[in-house]
Amino acid sequence: MIQAISVIILVFALFAWSRAILRFKDNKLNTSEFIFWSIIWLGVSLLALNPELAGLVSFKIGIERPVDLVIYLSIILLFYLIFRMYVKQDKIEQEITELVRELSLRKK
Amino acid sequence: MNTFVVIPAFNEEKKIGDVIKELKNKNYNNLIVVDDGSQDKTAEIAQNAGAEVLVHAINRGQGAALKTGIKHCLSKNADVIVTFDSDGQHLPEDISKLTAPILNNEAEICIGSRFLENTTNAPFIRRLFLRGGAILLSRMYGLNLTDSHNGLRAFSRTAAQKINLTADRMEHASEILEQISKNKLVYKEVPVTIKYTQYSLNHGQRSWDAFKILYRMFFRRFLR
Repeated sequence: MIQAISVIILVFALFAWSRAILRFKDNKLNTSEFIFWSIIWLGVSLLALNPELAGLVSFKIGIERPVDLVIYLSIILLFYLIFRMYVKQDKIEQEITELVRELSLRKK
Repeated sequence: MNTFVVIPAFNEEKKIGDVIKELKNKNYNNLIVVDDGSQDKTAEIAQNAGAEVLVHAINRGQGAALKTGIKHCLSKNADVIVTFDSDGQHLPEDISKLTAPILNNEAEICIGSRFLENTTNAPFIRRLFLRGGAILLSRMYGLNLTDSHNGLRAFSRTAAQKINLTADRMEHASEILEQISKNKLVYKEVPVTIKYTQYSLNHGQRSWDAFKILYRMFFRRFLR
């Protein structure tokens, strides 16, 4: 018996994956980035269809409720993505500064 | 000897003109004002007062402005580069005290200190943060300093070439200390006077910014 929540998650995951495919086609995502997002969204779809899958793993590593495992993994993933954005933003800031500097020196 | 004075300025139209005039009166003629994306007439007033003005199209922070100014001075064959605040809290007559040890080859970099001879009227809280910061940073970088965030400094040409600032905002002051220790530069602290006025207190940094600086320093340490 598939529950409403499973359908909602499935639809969203497939929508998100379709966006990733479009970005990949436009060359806005490189191959490894596309594989990363495909694994994420297809994994979410699979879990939405078969919630028991999480149970198989969670019992093995000592987490009683399967949904807890999903939440833990999601939080770890989110932290990692925020970290990557931080690093990227820092790099962009440095590049902007370098650009502003070169412009100011060139005008002389 | 070619002495250049770098003056980073952000929205300082009220003070920048006087600062430049006072420096000119003391015969400092190589004045480089880096207008860090000001919204007011800072650049125009500085230019009219007789300084060379470099304009950042958008605000990038004091560290970024200093680096732009220093780079420009190096390209103009500066022998000594002085950094000087634009809000009128430094005294032009202190500059020669900072450049003397460099000209005599006693030091490669001189840092102004408002606490060495207690030549400041800093309010208590400001004093507490500054002294605390100096102790913390001295420990971190193995230096012996009484004032870590003083805008008045002098670099020899070689020291300016070795110091590579990557911090755009206010944490550049601690980055300079880090680079002194990393490059094993010979440094000297020189007593200078800081005039705290209601203007500079309202206009400049707040004491709480110390926490922002600390946060960015740790962020930089672990992520770069």
